[in-house]
Amino acid sequence: MSGTASVKTFFLSRKDVVCILILAVVIMVVFPLAFDNFRLNLVGKYITYAFVAVGLVMCWGDAGILSLGQGIFFGIGGYAMAMFLKLEASSPENTKIQSTPGIPDFMDWNQLTALPWFWQPFHSFTFTVFAVVAVPALLALVIGLAMFKRRVGGTYFAIITQAFAAILTILIIGQQGYTGGVNGMTDLRTLMGWDIRTDHAKYVLYFISCLLLIGCVVFAYWVRASKLGRILVAMRDKEDRVRFSGYDVADFKVFVFCLAAAFAAIGGAMFTLQVGFMSPSFVGIIPSIEFVILCAVGGRTSVLGAVYGALLVNFAKTTLSESFPQLWLLGLGALFIAVVVLFPDGLAGLYRTWIDPRIDRLLGRAKPEITGSIPPAELTETTR
Amino acid sequence: MNAAPTASNTDFLLSVEGLTVSFDGFKAVDDLSLYVDRNEIRVIIGPNGAGKTTVLDLICGRTKATAGSIKFEQTELTTMKEHQIVRAGVGRKFQNPSIYEDLTVFENLEISYPKGRSVFGALMFQRDATVRARVMEIAETVFLQDHLNLRAEYLSHGQKQWLEIGMLLIQDPALLMLDEPVAGMSVAERKKTAELLQRIIQNRSVLVIEHDMGFVEDIAHKVTVLHQGKVIAEGSMAHVKQDPRVIEVYLGH
Amino acid sequence: MFSDYSLGDLGSILAMQGFAGLILFSVFVLMALGLAIIFGQMGVINMAHGEFMILGAYVTYLCSELFTNYLPALYNGYFPVAIVAAFCASGALGLLVEWVLIRHLYRRPLDTLLATWGLSLILQQVYRSIFGAREVGVELPDWMLGSTHLTDTIEVPINGIIVMCITTAITVAVYLLIFRSGWGKRVRAVMSNRTMAGAVGIDTERVDRMTFGIGCGIAGIAGSAFTMVGSTSPTAGQLYIVDTFLVVVFGGAQSLLGTIASAFTISQAQSTLEFFTSGSNAKVLTLLTVVAILMVRPQGLFTVKVRR
Repeated sequence: MSGTASVKTFFLSRKDVVCILILAVVIMVVFPLAFDNFRLNLVGKYITYAFVAVGLVMCWGDAGILSLGQGIFFGIGGYAMAMFLKLEASSPENTKIQSTPGIPDFMDWNQLTALPWFWQPFHSFTFTVFAVVAVPALLALVIGLAMFKRRVGGTYFAIITQAFAAILTILIIGQQGYTGGVNGMTDLRTLMGWDIRTDHAKYVLYFISCLLLIGCVVFAYWVRASKLGRILVAMRDKEDRVRFSGYDVADFKVFVFCLAAAFAAIGGAMFTLQVGFMSPSFVGIIPSIEFVILCAVGGRTSVLGAVYGALLVNFAKTTLSESFPQLWLLGLGALFIAVVVLFPDGLAGLYRTWIDPRIDRLLGRAKPEITGSIPPAELTETTR
Repeated sequence: MNAAPTASNTDFLLSVEGLTVSFDGFKAVDDLSLYVDRNEIRVIIGPNGAGKTTVLDLICGRTKATAGSIKFEQTELTTMKEHQIVRAGVGRKFQNPSIYEDLTVFENLEISYPKGRSVFGALMFQRDATVRARVMEIAETVFLQDHLNLRAEYLSHGQKQWLEIGMLLIQDPALLMLDEPVAGMSVAERKKTAELLQRIIQNRSVLVIEHDMGFVEDIAHKVTVLHQGKVIAEGSMAHVKQDPRVIEVYLGH
Repeated sequence: MFSDYSLGDLGSILAMQGFAGLILFSVFVLMALGLAIIFGQMGVINMAHGEFMILGAYVTYLCSELFTNYLPALYNGYFPVAIVAAFCASGALGLLVEWVLIRHLYRRPLDTLLATWGLSLILQQVYRSIFGAREVGVELPDWMLGSTHLTDTIEVPINGIIVMCITTAITVAVYLLIFRSGWGKRVRAVMSNRTMAGAVGIDTERVDRMTFGIGCGIAGIAGSAFTMVGSTSPTAGQLYIVDTFLVVVFGGAQSLLGTIASAFTISQAQSTLEFFTSGSNAKVLTLLTVVAILMVRPQGLFTVKVRR
């Protein structure tokens, strides 16, 4: 036991650091070199989906809570950012041909004569940044508290989150005077005077997205390495045992649901900035369930797997739907079924079974995990 | 004691009074009263369906009582949430081994360590020397010191039972409730478990459900016999064994 | 919003909207019955249920086309034929799907949800390739058109009454099947204890397959009814799936009576509200209310209390 007291381990193992660095190099060096601006902007869009997938790994993969409503949070994050950009684009000079100058064009078309109260604070960028994360997290908190405190879980939770996604879409489309309706918020131009439509701006925004994604990934690693991460897994396995070990299970579920919501919202905001619009088609049932498949393809228990899943599935989607639009739906459907039935651990599972052991063998390392013969002093190294 | 000498002797660790629970009219536990002293080992026996497990469920808050009260160290448990009851000092082992298969033995024990139980506390929890030493100590007690890094799903059935007992011990509960701790064990494991229980029941009260009469005779201070949700006899094993009703409904066959 | 109408007017409006909601109610009930059987009895979440319904609708459409082109004299009788055909087609597809896909996923309810969603995408694309992306509709035979006047201000569409009758008949049949027949007894046995049911000689795989097939077949009948209220398109089924799931959950998944009562409540609330506010607001209000009630009573409206 001697010496164990001073062992303080970093939450990332050397292998984790290498894997995260590889991801960083792939998205921040390889992609920018390999793709033209148009393609890179597309990848930037996929990167924003990866935020949602990372959140789902923690919420669904670790804690076993399947949310079919991540589009809600992606959408709210995106809309919050869009509201700021739209207000900036609707300055009185830009909109002087309207009957009420200074309000967004769609409000004018819908006979609104003043900016609604909930739009007012979005004049401030600081507030917007705050709202991007806080509003979705707060909504997740309310939904989470209501559901988890009453022990609604599993399939019921999935269906109810899906209902929320449906409700929000109908609401956005129905209230077009306040939201831009089915077309969403378009014609977004500048961010505090900086034109986001230029190639240069898109390039910069791409790198900001990448950095934020790496940040979220590292944060996810940190949470998963903490005791909370293990409690989440324990909860998925034996909820009652966790409860009878003195934990308020609902609190932990609410936390991870809020975290997933916040990640999704950051993705949504970066989406708006890079793509230049936001619409209800990224909020509803279908995008929400597509987020789940990104996560499932990548591997529902692997943060990095989910990122690669998001990139790969969307590459495939773009390539296939450009050339064979009918094939894409068939392919996506088949992908859903194949992943669930044949590869429930997704790409990460394939990596773990086929590639990882070979790398270890190549590097001459033994696998210590399952033998159980490690002296306790080294425990912290391997059981993280 | 300045209190009046009524049925509610305030010195009992656990006093259950008039406890009733009904599921759609069926009374699984019917007006049950039960008093457990400090450091007492109480065994509940009775035929299947007598309501034994339900009594444990009621005490630990898994099932809500229809009527009656459960006082643990002067605190009313019936209105508390499960995790609050655990934090008050009641530990519960389930009938089937209930452990986290995807985690290692070490992590199983660590999760049960009674620190960092809030969300923030769990995020900031440090695996320091105290924690590690305590986990080691418990692992040795439950014969699992050589398997700390093994994923719990690879343990044998008996080892899983021990692990769960260990997960309770690390919480150091004042009242330990065990639901059939030796069920499904081999003879050798059973013997080892009896030893283990003899060791861990020191300095705490224990409530055990068990069918193995030899085992019961070994450990019980007092035995309570349940039948159809009611107490039909209570006292020492020798006393209970003589009771004609107990022989009729349970021991006789 | 009620102040513009007199009490008598309100009564008539409620009654008329109530009858208008009947077809929606019937579609809901039939969809939800199928789902409730599959979800409540088997624990499988079938996200492709809407596509099974649409298959029934397309079969009905095909029948009407067939009769128009080859048997115009018998056109009046196409609907009963279509219902049977729809049931058989959707049921057969259900049996196939259970065999190929679902049986590998029992005890993984969240995974059945994802896999059947994948299935629904495939089916939608198949419909699009076969029938085209455009909506198709059927022409109702003369005897099913028109309406009868109950009072001066209240009239009831005849097709609504017919659909109601079909729904009632199916519901009764399902009830008898599950609670009165030997087969139903086996289904319930498998549901409450799969291992034990297998041990006493029930062919659990067969029971599962039949349950799934019948659930899907009823969705096919819902599709037949659906052709009277909406036009059929490859993605029309998807619009109903969330509502239907809410109906099932709201009613309490194990309870047939609950399913019917909740289908009635939800469809009537929606069609009544639609008169006073826009369709989208009516839907939002209804869904929000249902979700709010589910938060207070997550086990649904009608459930029995059992020992866990």
